[in-house]
Amino acid sequence: MDNLSSFWHWWIIVLTLGCIGLTWLLLKLNQVKTQSSDDQTTGHEYDGIQEYDNPLPSWWYWMFILTIVFSLAYLALYPGLGNFKGYLNWTSVGQWEDEQKHAAAEYAPIFERYGAMSFDELKADPEALKTGQRLFANNCSLCHGSAAAGTVGFPNLTDNDWLYGDTPEAIETSILKGRKGAMMAWGAIIGEQGVKESAAYVSSLSGGNADAALVAKGKEIFATNCFACHGADGKGNQMIGAPDLTNGVWLYGGTLAKIEESIRNGRNGEMPAHEELLGKNKVHVLAAYVSSLSEPKQ
Amino acid sequence: MSQKIPLKTVDPNASSKSTIEDSVELNLYAKQEKIYTREIQGFFQRIRVFTGWPLLLGYFLMPLLSWQGQQLILFDLPARKFHIFGYTFWPQDFFLLGWLLIIAAFALFFFTNWLGRVWCGYTCPQTVWTSIFMWMEQLAEGSRNQRMKLDKQPWSVNKLLKKGFKHFLWLSFGLLTGLAFIGYFVPLTQLIPDILSFQASSAAIFWMLFFSAATYVNAGWMREQVCKYMCPYARFQSAMFDKDTLIVSYDTERGESRGSRKKKADPRVLGLGDCVDCSVCVQVCPTGIDIRDGLQYECITCAHCIDACDEVMDKMNYPRGLISYTTLHEQEGGTTKILRPRLIGYGIMMLLMVGAFVYAIATRIPLELDIIRDRNQLFGYTSSGQISNTYSLKIMNMDQEPHSYRVHIEGNEQLQYVGKQEVSLASGEYLTLPIQLQIDPVELTRSNINVQFHIEAIDDSDIHAEAESRFIGPTPMPGASGTSR
Repeated sequence: MDNLSSFWHWWIIVLTLGCIGLTWLLLKLNQVKTQSSDDQTTGHEYDGIQEYDNPLPSWWYWMFILTIVFSLAYLALYPGLGNFKGYLNWTSVGQWEDEQKHAAAEYAPIFERYGAMSFDELKADPEALKTGQRLFANNCSLCHGSAAAGTVGFPNLTDNDWLYGDTPEAIETSILKGRKGAMMAWGAIIGEQGVKESAAYVSSLSGGNADAALVAKGKEIFATNCFACHGADGKGNQMIGAPDLTNGVWLYGGTLAKIEESIRNGRNGEMPAHEELLGKNKVHVLAAYVSSLSEPKQ
Repeated sequence: MSQKIPLKTVDPNASSKSTIEDSVELNLYAKQEKIYTREIQGFFQRIRVFTGWPLLLGYFLMPLLSWQGQQLILFDLPARKFHIFGYTFWPQDFFLLGWLLIIAAFALFFFTNWLGRVWCGYTCPQTVWTSIFMWMEQLAEGSRNQRMKLDKQPWSVNKLLKKGFKHFLWLSFGLLTGLAFIGYFVPLTQLIPDILSFQASSAAIFWMLFFSAATYVNAGWMREQVCKYMCPYARFQSAMFDKDTLIVSYDTERGESRGSRKKKADPRVLGLGDCVDCSVCVQVCPTGIDIRDGLQYECITCAHCIDACDEVMDKMNYPRGLISYTTLHEQEGGTTKILRPRLIGYGIMMLLMVGAFVYAIATRIPLELDIIRDRNQLFGYTSSGQISNTYSLKIMNMDQEPHSYRVHIEGNEQLQYVGKQEVSLASGEYLTLPIQLQIDPVELTRSNINVQFHIEAIDDSDIHAEAESRFIGPTPMPGASGTSR
């Protein structure tokens, strides 16, 4: 892939090599023969002004020649002349990939060891948990927050409410394969009045104050529409990630307005799959770490 | 301006011959003239032995000695830890290096103003290493005259052997120097077996060979060229000179006019000064100057010429000191004034800086706390409706001992700290502690609250650190407790 048009390609080549060539010429032209004198002057005089002859040591001159040779060698080996790639085929991406390969080779044994350990063993190993914490900070904290407490739309991982199950295995699957939490939009199906009624009922499930008449109607709507995923008792279904509506933990907000919004427009949550990005061993440590976060509060 | 330049008639046949003979290739560059220094004994050379050996020994022993199970000086670059005399310093302590360099600068000003280029003549590594290399040269090739003769000889087995031996000595010492230098960065107990078993990292080998070659070239070939053309100190030290600065000088009054004479002859009768023009002072000079030409920038005040001249004066039964350490004031017939405002000023500055440095080291708290607020979201809501902010506390135990610490926030009682408050860190450990601060929206008085984090070692309340951050929330609801109506 050439990133310079041929004009700029040649422009750079001519300028660079031209400069080096002119430097050479300058050196050549400076080797002059002049009248010498024995009083350490160059021998020429103008208006009574004489010039001292204080030559630099010749090794200095050779060092300068060396820099010219170096620059030519550099330009031959590394990219520098327009689109010319250099004979070493060096690229910054290549160097980065090389460093990654080295890092992967260096740290692979550590993660292989972690990968072979059970979740209980990992959770008892403070070093493994620290590694998990660092992995979390680098890969998960952007959405779930550094303290894993989540925010609106991104689950809190430190409480005991789990959409897909609280076992470390379920957490590991969530990280490896990702999750898609889809709540369909009911506004058009049950109508605005239906949204209000069902929201009132859902709110009442976790002890929210709602109009009793609305709650009664909402219960009917719930029993015909919502129970399929959230269960007849509203306890949710961890097989498909349907949230428990009775425990007061709300991913998208628990006010009546927020619940109505969720019902009316539906919700789409996505947890991306990390298997390819991190690999099984790192995810294993990560799952142990995430699982450990909610334990002390039990 | 209107004057004409006088016309010169050039007769090519008449004058060209002589000009060609006179002219030489006048490059901008001159070939280095090899300096053959003559060996000399004397008072100042003994002083140099006393300064040179401890410095050399210190250089080679420092990476070999260890104290309290730790190498005396080890700059562990990959781990970013600098172990110096039992202390461990971190990149965060880099300002201490700043103090150290300021101290070094004022020390240079002070001693240069007082004693002239004493650093150059006695303690500079360039001088110390060059002395060793000259001694090796003498060992392999003999005295000054023998060396000059040897260089003029055509190549022979004898010459090859002598030169080869010299370069072998130089390269060996260079290699030792390079090895010791790397020893400041990689423990030698680990490096030497690695090298012998061909397992050392290519970087370590490269830098070892690099510094070996640099030592060989500097002390073997470059020598005075470094002082004359490369060293910045050599040039700017002249700015610290005044008329009371110690310099090496030739007493022109007493010496001139110079000339050889018989030992018994009375120079006054011959109309001569005390200088017998033996040129020994020139032969011993490592920078190749004639001190009798006056003070020159090349002079590193090594006092070779003083010792040389004193020896000659002794032989001639003249008083010593024709070339001596003196000052311009003394030369002019006055007396040297040691305590002068400039020197006192330099001295006070130097002592102040040393004091500040010692104070900074003594009161250094080996604990670091940094707060990084989560930036991806200004604030969040918990499912119970609390407003939350997330922080990563970066805690670093820079002490030699492990410690347990307690974290809390000061002021802001409404803010609730959620997360671990007690952590244990091993010596040198760096821990990230993610925590949350939460507040009831009703309690929120401002959308931006300053928060002081405070961390303290449980076993030692002197070890503590503070850091400030902010708690950010939505614009407070009207009717919140803090909003007055």
